[in-house]
Amino acid sequence: MHLVSDRHSPPATALEMAGRQREISVSEFFLKNRHLLGFDTPAKALVTAVKEAVDNALDACEEAGILPDISVQVSDRYGKSRVIVEDNGPGIVESQIARIFGKLLYGSKFHKLSQSRGQQGMGISAAGMYGQLTIGKPLHIISRIKGDKLASEMYVSIDTAKNQPDIHKKKRLKWDRPHGTRVEMEMEGHYQKGAHSIEVYLKQTAIANPHLAIIYKDPHGEELRFARTTRKLPPRPVEIKPHPYGIELGRLIQMLSNSKSRTLLRFLEDEFSRVGKKTALNIIELARQHSDRKLSNRSHPKHIAHAQATALHKAIQKTRILAPRTDCIVPIGEKQLLDGLHKELEADFFTVTTRPAAAYRGNPFQVEVAIAYGRPGGAGVEVDESGHMRKKEAQETRASEHLIAQKDEPVRLLRFANRVPLLYQQASCAITKAVIQTNWRGYGLHQPKGALPIAPMAVLVHVASVWVPYTSESKEAIEPYPEILREIKLGLQECARKLAHYLHHEQQLHQEYDRRTYIEKYLPHIGVALQDILALSNNERDSTLKKLDDVLHESRTMQRPEP
Amino acid sequence: MKKSTEAAHSDLDNKTIMLIESIAKQVRANIDGGKLPDIKLPVRSLDNVTYDKAKGYFELGDARKVRTLTVTTARAFAQTLRLMATSRTMVDHNDFATKREVYYISKNWGDCRFDEQAESDAIMDDIEAMASMHGLSREQLRFYPESHGGSVAGRLTVVDRNPATGEPIEIDCANLGSGAYSIPRSVEHLTFRTDARFILAIETGGMFQRLNNHRFWETARCIIVEMGGVPTRATRRFVRLLSDRQNLPVYCFVDCDPYGFTNIYRTLKVGSGNAAHINRFLCVPRARFLGVTPQDIVDFGLEDATHKLAATDIKRAQDALQNDPFIMAHPEWIAAIKQMLQMGVRAEQQALAKWGLNYVIDDYLPRKLANVNSFLP
Repeated sequence: MHLVSDRHSPPATALEMAGRQREISVSEFFLKNRHLLGFDTPAKALVTAVKEAVDNALDACEEAGILPDISVQVSDRYGKSRVIVEDNGPGIVESQIARIFGKLLYGSKFHKLSQSRGQQGMGISAAGMYGQLTIGKPLHIISRIKGDKLASEMYVSIDTAKNQPDIHKKKRLKWDRPHGTRVEMEMEGHYQKGAHSIEVYLKQTAIANPHLAIIYKDPHGEELRFARTTRKLPPRPVEIKPHPYGIELGRLIQMLSNSKSRTLLRFLEDEFSRVGKKTALNIIELARQHSDRKLSNRSHPKHIAHAQATALHKAIQKTRILAPRTDCIVPIGEKQLLDGLHKELEADFFTVTTRPAAAYRGNPFQVEVAIAYGRPGGAGVEVDESGHMRKKEAQETRASEHLIAQKDEPVRLLRFANRVPLLYQQASCAITKAVIQTNWRGYGLHQPKGALPIAPMAVLVHVASVWVPYTSESKEAIEPYPEILREIKLGLQECARKLAHYLHHEQQLHQEYDRRTYIEKYLPHIGVALQDILALSNNERDSTLKKLDDVLHESRTMQRPEP
Repeated sequence: MKKSTEAAHSDLDNKTIMLIESIAKQVRANIDGGKLPDIKLPVRSLDNVTYDKAKGYFELGDARKVRTLTVTTARAFAQTLRLMATSRTMVDHNDFATKREVYYISKNWGDCRFDEQAESDAIMDDIEAMASMHGLSREQLRFYPESHGGSVAGRLTVVDRNPATGEPIEIDCANLGSGAYSIPRSVEHLTFRTDARFILAIETGGMFQRLNNHRFWETARCIIVEMGGVPTRATRRFVRLLSDRQNLPVYCFVDCDPYGFTNIYRTLKVGSGNAAHINRFLCVPRARFLGVTPQDIVDFGLEDATHKLAATDIKRAQDALQNDPFIMAHPEWIAAIKQMLQMGVRAEQQALAKWGLNYVIDDYLPRKLANVNSFLP
């Protein structure tokens, strides 16, 4: 009797195993793991495709100093979606079109430390790949560079085994745009409304990018326009070198061996930002004390041993170095954020704050926080100049699309990284964690333990950085590094303080209003009594009552706390 | 709303109207002057009550509360004014309302209606307290008590008038047979003729009937009044007016127990602490305590007709010794109450029946009345 069933595969030999092992192309990897890029469900895939195309368009426009005019068109039929995104950007040189759209991990943004929406150079080609997989059609691109007579048209797909573009058709044609790019793609998709809709994504994009104008045609043929509120482009971020703080030992060793500098002193000065000769000398002196003394200003970077690198790494952390430069990151700006919020959502109260720049792992970043509180008509009280009060009138609200929560719901989070709205994976995001870890009860809000506060409120957080630590390649959430969490929380607290002040004032107004209405209920009776006792005419009675009403409101105006 | 009745306003009525109007005018003047209106009212709490030994009754002190029109007072402010307006109208129409009726009148006042009678009673007491400061009693405001007064018999002719015509009506209290004259709710307008020497105020209806039935008042030349427990306002005011106008002493014939001393007798004589604002009209300072005293139990051999003091009796007696300014002001009363506590018994006025049903008429009262100066103050 055999103890081993013959259905079992025979054990493999190392040789056989080696025969099966082969390189995995990036394209194949992501084709199998498409959730990593945000194409896991047809509904999400459609939003992600629009997002990638719009992000690219925006980056291109801004880099070329052009005010972006973007049109987005989505149609959706029986699970087959078509997305057309067109911009007025600088256009793409014909020789690059195929690679940009037909090859994963291709682009200029990965290699420099500079703030941009795109980071890895995968987004739009991944969308193309997804379309190719689900529908089988290549991307259709038209692009024209300023000054060119004709535009280039191209159909591109990806050879996933080789991660190489496959050009199907290519021609020159007349195009009415002087410059710009148009991408058309078809894919399996599902159009949906609500918090994860293209509309919400575009609306949030419009909030964070007040210089942007978008026209959106949805699958029902309805047109939605987001107007620009400023013609000023955000300042161009300056490209920087890493900041020495927080740089990891492995990365330091790698930088040392890759350096073109011939001395350690030059290396430190050249490869890092905020390190001048004096700081570099301080670092080296400190490192020498921690190592076997073989380290000197003149040591060749490529010849520094592991132990010395360790000492150098320690010395860097212990030396006082200026905070990272901040001109490499471009916050949206308090005024622009407020404008954006005012433009896209109605609220009773807005506040915004910008934190000073900070750094994590040598990467500078900056946090902006804004709060919009109170849906219009959420029972506010107004006071006019004479001190008379009235309830604000309730307005019609588009409940499902409103970015401010209902008063008994958890607050809505508007998460942004480098001006790009983050729609998915809210739970694992640093922004969500920071909001939950903030004690909102201290500011007068209701907050269940370990959860988002409950209030008619939207909390907007923007993290701008030369390198945003996303939790995955689909760029849906920010990794909660302690430095980032800390900055977000500080920003939240600052906004919450202003909110608490507003709420306190609002609450006082409400109490005052209730008191006032209570008193007013009894005024007519005082009038009747005075009339009965003093035999007043109706006119006399009314004028006394009118006067009493004024007296009451005057006394209230005097007692009224300053808003 | 007959002109004739308006014309027939008494001086007191005019005074009432003027008071109400002056308060309303003040409120209106405040408003027209751009100020929040207020009404000043005497504080009715016990802190603001004093016992004036010279005057012989409890009286309100000088503390005033100001009811300014604010959130907390808006309702009471409006109610006060409306109730004053009601009072004014009743004076105009020569009408009146009981406390219960006032509560119901407010039911068409909308938001400022009284939810419970306790509310309307409190506001009424406030207005009354204010009026009392100007020498006006509650009856002048036309708020009449719910309960009727006690009964009267004896050598007295009461001159009342026909409410409709104003014609005088004479009632001879010696000519009512086995019945008695029932004191009306308002007695201000009554006048009297009498040749009586004193008024005998009697605690119980039974004892009153006995004395009336045997025409005790004829031989003793007096007027007998049935209090029926703690005397009502009307009874007190009646006795007070009668005593004042005819210059008659008032002798009280009451059970020998703490309740009889401190509730029935003390209330008649000096008034009650929680109605201090009207005591000046109601109390009868010249009242004296005829009996039954603790010493009477000994003097008239009533020891075996007594009852043991209950715990509540002892508590009430001790409370009187420690807290009642009237008792504390009179050593005779302190001694009497201490004597009762020491004996540990109480006696009812009917206990005298032990010696025969008419012992009270034939022996007790004559013996007591022979020595008026020995009555407790």
